Amino acid sequence: MLLAIDTSTSLVGAAVHDGDVLRSEVAREDVRRHGELLAPAVQAALGEAGCSRRDVTVVAVGVGPGPFTGLRVGVVTALVLGHVLGVPVHGLCSLDAMAADAATSASAPADLLVATDARRKEVYWARYAVSGGLARRVQGPGVARATDLPEDLRGLPAVGRGPDLYPEALHGIPGPRDVRPGALASLAVRALAGHGPDTVLLPPEPLYLRRPDAVAAAPAGARAR
Amino acid sequence: MSDAPLVLGLETSCDETGVGIVRGHTLLADAVASSVDEHARFGGVVPEVASRAHLEAMVPTVERACTQAGVRLQDLDAVAVTAGPGLAGSLLVGVAAAKALALALDVPLYGVNHLGAHVAVDVVEHGPLPEPTMALLVSGGHSNLLLVPDVTHDIRSLGATVDDAAGEAFDKVARVLGLPFPGGPHIDRVAREGDRVAIDFPRGLTSGRDLQRHRFDYSFSGLKTSVARWVHAREESGDPVPVADVAASFQEAVVDVLTRKAVAACREHDVHDLLIGGGVAANTRLRALAQERCDAAGIRMRVPRPGLCTDNGAMVAALGALMVTAGRPPSRLDLPADSSQPVEVVQV
Ligand SMILES: [Zn+2]
Repeated sequence: MLLAIDTSTSLVGAAVHDGDVLRSEVAREDVRRHGELLAPAVQAALGEAGCSRRDVTVVAVGVGPGPFTGLRVGVVTALVLGHVLGVPVHGLCSLDAMAADAATSASAPADLLVATDARRKEVYWARYAVSGGLARRVQGPGVARATDLPEDLRGLPAVGRGPDLYPEALHGIPGPRDVRPGALASLAVRALAGHGPDTVLLPPEPLYLRRPDAVAAAPAGARAR
Repeated sequence: MSDAPLVLGLETSCDETGVGIVRGHTLLADAVASSVDEHARFGGVVPEVASRAHLEAMVPTVERACTQAGVRLQDLDAVAVTAGPGLAGSLLVGVAAAKALALALDVPLYGVNHLGAHVAVDVVEHGPLPEPTMALLVSGGHSNLLLVPDVTHDIRSLGATVDDAAGEAFDKVARVLGLPFPGGPHIDRVAREGDRVAIDFPRGLTSGRDLQRHRFDYSFSGLKTSVARWVHAREESGDPVPVADVAASFQEAVVDVLTRKAVAACREHDVHDLLIGGGVAANTRLRALAQERCDAAGIRMRVPRPGLCTDNGAMVAALGALMVTAGRPPSRLDLPADSSQPVEVVQV
């Protein structure tokens, strides 16, 4: 039983996959409350799948790229669950899950851009080659201002919130706007089975892509008086 | 004794990843991973650096605590975690980890106040807290005077800093004097060679209307500025800066006000026990002057050993264990981390 978690976009949630079918998926859209919503979502996903935490044999977590604070909630949750339950924890590029989600559509383009909100007027992006219902990452992930992306990337049909935020620079098409935990679960199952060239397993660490801003917090302001 | 609750506590409010394990009042493990070295060159804690370090240190530190305590995670009766106050991104890593622990182990979760935990930790050192206890908490993040009728659910704020925390003033003055970060231990060391009455630095909020309006509040910003001005004037005039005298006189100004107001608060509220906690409680002059004034006023003083005064997981575990023993209801799995959690909110 695979437990999948993703907190790299505005959708916070978990899904349970038994290797053949997706047993449950619980997700809430809330960009500010990943820390509050995730644990109850994991609990609910296990409950809806009709299994207990002891049935989990592997944990998959989206390692972004995504806004750091929310991303870490998912990664630390996965790491601790894996540690306590004594099961392996694998990371997957969250953009891969969105591309895989988009690739299941019959109208998916052969050449696809995934662009998500990286805040600070930037997008996280990756480029995919789509065929036979699978998406293979061919470029990225990276982080850049949408308007600074090279012409050939900006011209691609794009999914994710990037095109909604920067319609002047990106060409949005109907498709996923956030990472569905169920899509991540299905992708992880396929990757663990060694099927398909469409993804790679990663260490369970955030894909930060950016250095930390080295500005010290004022100690008294950071903590309550 | 063996039916005392076995509780793991997680603390990630600033730059230390702390994991402590207690059984009732007995400390079994206190594992801390610190990212302080990574912050030193910035002269303060960089929030994003701290959050990244918490994530990396979490599982290894939990593991180390279990090994130290000689217990398995599966033996735990409850998990406690600092829910606030602190750095938002740092708190969130600890809170998420604690929820995952509680969920995977199927044990109750207690989201607790960091300041309450600083008070509670002394039970593992000096036994049950007298009720009420007066608590003076001083660190790089806090300067609080608290009346504590019951640490598990009734903590009242009598006073706090209106600007800088005491430890922050130590850091800033250390920088002015060319001493390394964090400044507290260095000022303490250098001050031993100096004359604490050499320079008459101001005591914030200690006179006239200030004292009426801010009876038990503190202010260290004016002091810090005054020290900087004094040092710069010396440098301008080409005279050498008497570093030891400046350090000693500055330190005396800080600990004089801290202890004077703490003892006054004990008198006013008829409290006979004063607990001093937080990183600055390791300051030798603070301890000495507080002891002197407590003795004179007939107040018993309690100070946990320095390792338990700085931020650690044991203090969170200690407060969690007290809550379990007192029969407090656990927190919910959707509890938020609150970077500005009021001190009166002992449990979330
Ligand atoms: Zn503290």
